[in-house]
Amino acid sequence: MVTPTRKKDRIDALAASSADFDAGVSLAVSAWRQLRRSPMFLTGAVIIGLFVLVSLLSPWLAPQDPSEPMLIDQVVKARNEIPPIQPGHVLGGDLQGRDFFSRLLVGSQQTLIVGVLATLIGLTGGLTLGTLAGAFGGWVDSAVMRVVDVMLSLPSLLLAFSISALFARPNQYTVIVAVAVVQIPVFARLLRGSMLAQRHSDHVLAATALGVKPGAIVFRHMLPNSLGPVIVQSTLVLATAIIDAAALSFLGLGNPDDRIPEWGQMLGDVQNVFDTHPQLAFWPAGCIIVVALGFTLMGETLREALDPKSRR
Amino acid sequence: MALLEVRDLTVVFERKGEQPFTAVDHVSFEVEPGQTVGLVGESGCGKSVTSLAIMGLLPKRGARVSGTVGYEGTNLLSLSDREMRDRRGRDLGMVFQDPLSSLNPVVPIGVQVTEVLERHRDMSRKKAMVEAADLLDKVGIPDPTRRLSEYPHQLSGGMRQRALIAIALACRPRLLIADEPTTALDVTIQAQILALLKELVRDMGTALVMITHDLGVVAGLCDEVNVLYAGRVVEKAERHELFAAPRHPYTHGLLSSIPRLDAPRGQKLSPIKGSVADNIPWDHGCAFAPRCPNALDVCVQVTPAQEDIGGGRLLRCHNPVRPPVVEEVSA
Ligand SMILES: Nc1ncnc2c1ncn2[C@@H]1O[C@H](COP(=O)(O)OP(=O)(O)OP(=O)(O)O)[C@@H](O)[C@H]1O
Ligand SMILES: [Mg+2]
Repeated sequence: MVTPTRKKDRIDALAASSADFDAGVSLAVSAWRQLRRSPMFLTGAVIIGLFVLVSLLSPWLAPQDPSEPMLIDQVVKARNEIPPIQPGHVLGGDLQGRDFFSRLLVGSQQTLIVGVLATLIGLTGGLTLGTLAGAFGGWVDSAVMRVVDVMLSLPSLLLAFSISALFARPNQYTVIVAVAVVQIPVFARLLRGSMLAQRHSDHVLAATALGVKPGAIVFRHMLPNSLGPVIVQSTLVLATAIIDAAALSFLGLGNPDDRIPEWGQMLGDVQNVFDTHPQLAFWPAGCIIVVALGFTLMGETLREALDPKSRR
Repeated sequence: MALLEVRDLTVVFERKGEQPFTAVDHVSFEVEPGQTVGLVGESGCGKSVTSLAIMGLLPKRGARVSGTVGYEGTNLLSLSDREMRDRRGRDLGMVFQDPLSSLNPVVPIGVQVTEVLERHRDMSRKKAMVEAADLLDKVGIPDPTRRLSEYPHQLSGGMRQRALIAIALACRPRLLIADEPTTALDVTIQAQILALLKELVRDMGTALVMITHDLGVVAGLCDEVNVLYAGRVVEKAERHELFAAPRHPYTHGLLSSIPRLDAPRGQKLSPIKGSVADNIPWDHGCAFAPRCPNALDVCVQVTPAQEDIGGGRLLRCHNPVRPPVVEEVSA
């Protein structure tokens, strides 16, 4: 576990390391050349590609209706029996007699939606705060960063958990909000770091020397040049968001309606039968890990490729 | 009246827990339309700070600027931020040293040229694009229409500097400040850029402040030269006179440290000894004294005052280099 101050410093270091992201387009081109040959990046890309494809097509791919307890007659609560693997049900059934394989497939949808939405909302919030702090500096910067640092000093899952618990009736939307809020300070601090570096850059000075107005300086000259690290970070945040969302659902702070499958919730539902039916936990957990790994592989390799200092 | 009249420009940087540092100390000079005035001196002598002070680009906090910067009779230092912003790019243009880092890497060249046209000349994007192509053409960028949509990294170093000059001159400012505009370029490109500046200044009647550490640039371009040392003007002279008869030992040193084709065979170059690090403050003596071959006792006791030595020349030295014999000057 990283200490809070280290988390803060790490973000600043990240912002600084990518501050001379400048060479811009040429950097992107050479980064792409490097990525194309990186097995780590390709593995991540294949995983994520498959994941997105499956979640988009899952309503058609799923062999059975994931919310229909069609095998309920094979569930024997007393003897702790669940439907076994059988024709039409490649992974058997779950505790409610629903087709397990179909639930896994369709479960990817929730994961994708929650991950993407939470990241987007976090990104939007972080961009807004980071732009404010980076553009104005001075007391605005101090005020925004004070709040951001307090949020960063809390372990992210604990913070997400606390935010979820604030809602009277937790559901999939509150999960998104909770996970998103936790990501805001990361993005904000990252963007602010690169904006501050941009503020002292030659081309911003040159634009100022041309009488360009402050608004245009911020939005045309500082912001676009500061986005690189933030975009890379979003890939990594997607992984965290997916894990955090799964954790919240696991803890029962997700969607109470279990007819819509979700991996974290599927995992939480089978806690008590783990010793007799480990496969019920193994598959959803495996899915979460693989998808999170995919995003992390992509994010890390992307960051390395785009960091001018790590390039050779 | 001159277009630009800098009087006693002084810039003091406040430093946390240290003595304030005077980077520019009572610098005065004038520039007429169509004239090129050089500010020459080695690294750290305050050339860039002078130009930033004129443009009003020094940080608000930490830098104290005093004196006056008269532009057509208005003191630029007394203008509000907004008024100054309206003048930058329109009345005052600036070209920086490093053409790559001075361009925004993620915005096409065309947008960077039109930005200033839209800002100061109220042009529509379409009209500005036509004008921008025209400007790139004027500064000698081939195939300007295609270049407009390219990004800075797609241009060569020389072309980037041409583009920067085009941007700086887009609104036909009456004053252009060029801060070592050729330092980052290789020699042939340097010559081309200098020729371009010379031509533009002549055609548009722009007043040019040329900042450089390169006396070759001065020889080719400047009408009048101010030699700066540790924030003060130590010698000011018309170009020919300066080259023919440098009076300040520092100027003399600068001139004898550049190779000359017409020098007698076997004559050694004599670089100036020491570095800026050896400077002593101007308060009790001459800052150049520790490195000066002509130094006398008085040089480390009494600060030399600036004296008018006739012929429009100013000199700040207790023991100047003697002017060469007359035949040599007229030769
Ligand atoms: N923002 C600042 N804060 C404090 N000191 C500064 C600042 N900017 C410049 N200085 C100091 O002022 C002095 C003059 O710097 P300046 O940039 O004008 O040098 P220069 O003559 O342009 O040198 P070069 O040829 O290397 O560009 C230097 O000693 C520098 O350290
Ligand atoms: Mg400089």
